[in-house]
Amino acid sequence: MADAQELQALGAAIAEAADALVGGAVVEEVFVERGAELVLRARRDQIVPFMEMLRDDPRFAFEQVMDICGMDWPERAERFEVVYNLLSLALNQRVRILVSTDEATPVPSLINVWPAATWYEREAWDMYGIVFAGQPDLRRLLTDYGFEGHPLRKDFPLTGHVQVRYDETRKQVVNEPVVLTQDFRSFDFLSPWEGMTTLPGDEKVHQVRAERGQIEGPQGGNTP
Amino acid sequence: MSTELVSGLPQMDGPNASQKLFDAETHTINFGPQHPAAHGVLRLILEMKGEVVERADPHIGLLHRGTEKLIEYKTYLQAMPYMDRLDYVSPMCMEHSFVLATERLLGIENDVPLRAKWIRTMFAEITRILNHLLNVTTYALDVGAITPSLWGFEQREHLLEFYEQVGGSHYHVNYFRAGGVAKDLPAGLEDRIGAWCQRFPKFLDELEGLLTQNRIFKQRTVDIGVMTAEQAMSWGFSGPCLRASGCAWDLRKSQPYEMYDQLEFDIPVGVQGDCYDRYLVRMQEMRQSLRMIEQCLTHIRPGPVKIADNKITPPSRGDMKRSMESLIHHFKLYTEGYHVPAGATYTVTEAPKGEFGVYMVADGTNRPYRCKIRAPGFAHLQAMEALSKGHMLADAVAIIGSLDIVFGEIDR
Repeated sequence: MADAQELQALGAAIAEAADALVGGAVVEEVFVERGAELVLRARRDQIVPFMEMLRDDPRFAFEQVMDICGMDWPERAERFEVVYNLLSLALNQRVRILVSTDEATPVPSLINVWPAATWYEREAWDMYGIVFAGQPDLRRLLTDYGFEGHPLRKDFPLTGHVQVRYDETRKQVVNEPVVLTQDFRSFDFLSPWEGMTTLPGDEKVHQVRAERGQIEGPQGGNTP
Repeated sequence: MSTELVSGLPQMDGPNASQKLFDAETHTINFGPQHPAAHGVLRLILEMKGEVVERADPHIGLLHRGTEKLIEYKTYLQAMPYMDRLDYVSPMCMEHSFVLATERLLGIENDVPLRAKWIRTMFAEITRILNHLLNVTTYALDVGAITPSLWGFEQREHLLEFYEQVGGSHYHVNYFRAGGVAKDLPAGLEDRIGAWCQRFPKFLDELEGLLTQNRIFKQRTVDIGVMTAEQAMSWGFSGPCLRASGCAWDLRKSQPYEMYDQLEFDIPVGVQGDCYDRYLVRMQEMRQSLRMIEQCLTHIRPGPVKIADNKITPPSRGDMKRSMESLIHHFKLYTEGYHVPAGATYTVTEAPKGEFGVYMVADGTNRPYRCKIRAPGFAHLQAMEALSKGHMLADAVAIIGSLDIVFGEIDR
C-alpha cells in the first residue's frame, strides 16, 4: 500500500485532472486520513463526469465502486454526506469521495457509470432519504413494504415508531405504535473520570484552589 | 383476422368483445421468500416468458435487523456480537473487518501481539473452509445432488468444534477483539487442528469426485450465468465470483492485512465466469486455505494474545482479585468501553464471499458515529437480473447458489 505522500500526490493529480476536465473547481478538498486513506471532497453537480474520469483515465483506473453510503450530520448546513469508496484493480489503489447534500437537493445518480450503483443508491434513499437524480428505480430496498421514515437518520429513534404483530382476531399482521414497557436508556459516557479534576464533594476545595490560581477556572472538570 | 393471436387465445371480436383478453405469454412468479433454494429469505419476482426469465427483481430486506443503527447505540465492544450475525456462515471473517477497523482508528494495529495475529489468520481461513463447504454442498443440493451436503455438514461440524473450543459457541463466537482475541487457544487445540488438516484433503478429493466431472452437475452449471471480467467489475463483484471471471484479485495478496504477507498461497482463477467456474474456484480455495492453516500452525508461538493496554483489553481475572486498578479498568471497560479518536476508515478484508468492508466513522466517543457494512453478497445479488436474463427458471436457482448468497449480510 502506498504511503501518505504518494496518496497526497495521487489526490493532487486527481484534483488537477478533474478541474481541467470540466473547467472549474470540482475537488474542494484533498486529505489523507490517518496517513493511509485518500479522501476527496467533491462538488455535487459535477460528480458524474468526475467519476467517469476516475474510471476511464488510465492514471487512476478506478474500475469498481465498492460502496456507496449515506451519512447524517444534523448540525451541518447540508446535513447529508454521500460516501463513495472506489477501488482500482489495475493500480491497486483506493479512494474515497465525499459529496454533501440535504433533504431536498438531489445528487446525480451514478447509474450510467456503474450499474452497481443502483442498490447502493436505493439503500441511501431508504436509510437517509437522500434523493438521486436520474436513478430510475429509487424504491425502498431494506425496509418493509409501506415503511415510513428514514431509519438511519440521527433523529430517527432506535426503537422506531411502529411495531408489528399478528392479530389473532383480525387474522392479519398489524402495525401499531411502539409501546415500551421500560424507557429506552441511553447513558452519558461523555464525562470521563480522567478529565475530572473535582471529585463530588470537593467543590469547596476546588474553589479555594482556583482562587489561589493553582488551577484554571471555577470548575476544572465535570461535576455531576 | 386483422390482428394476430394473442397468447393462443382466439381474438375476441364481435359479440364477445366485452370478454377480457389476457396475455399468457409472459407471467410473473414469486420465487421465495420461503423457497429452500432461495438460500434464506430472498423474494425474487421473476417475469417469465414461457420458461425463460425475462426480468428478475430481487426483493431483499426481509432479514433487515437494523444492525448499522444498533451499532451506533453500542460501545465498540458491545457492537462485536452483531458482526457474527451478519454472514452467519462465516462469523469470524465478519468480526475480522470490524476488529481491524477499530484497531486502525485506535492506532494500535501495529501493537497487536503476533500470536493473536496468527490465531486470527488461522481462524479466518478455517472460516473460509466452513463457508465454502456450506456453499458448495448446498449449491449441489440446489441442482440435484444430495450426498455432498450430507458429507459436507459432517466436516463443518469438525470445524465448528474448533470454534466452540476457542469461543465457547458453535456459530456466534464473538472471539476476535480489538487488540487481539478474547482468550488463548485451549491446550491441545493446535494438535487437533493439525490432525484434522491431515484428514481433510481426502474428503475434498471425495467431494470433487462427486461433483467436478459429474455429468448432471456440469449440465446444470457450465455456461450458466456467465459474467465477463468487465461486467463483473462494473457490477462491483469481488471474491470468488470476481476470480471466476478471470481477475486474479485477492485482497490477501494485493492489500495484505494481518499475517497474509508471510503465507504462501496461490489465487485460483476461473476462465469462463460461469456457475461451474465459481464452483471450481471455491473448491481450489479450500485447498489453499488448508495450506494456510498448516502454515499458521507452524508459526504460532507462545505469547500474549491481546495487547497489554488495559484501557482497551480487560485485565486477567487473577489481577482483578489483587489489584484495585485492574478492577477499575474492568469496570470501566464493560460499562463505558474505550473512546476511539475521531476519524474514519474503510477497512476491508477478503471474506469468503468477497470484499467485506467496514466504513467506520468515530467521533471521539465510546460509540461509533457510523458503521456502514459493505457486504459482498449485496453486490452479487444485485447482478441477478443481468445474470439470469434469458436463462431457464431452473438456471436461476443454479445462479443463486453459485453467487453464495447469505441474507444476514445482505439485509444487515
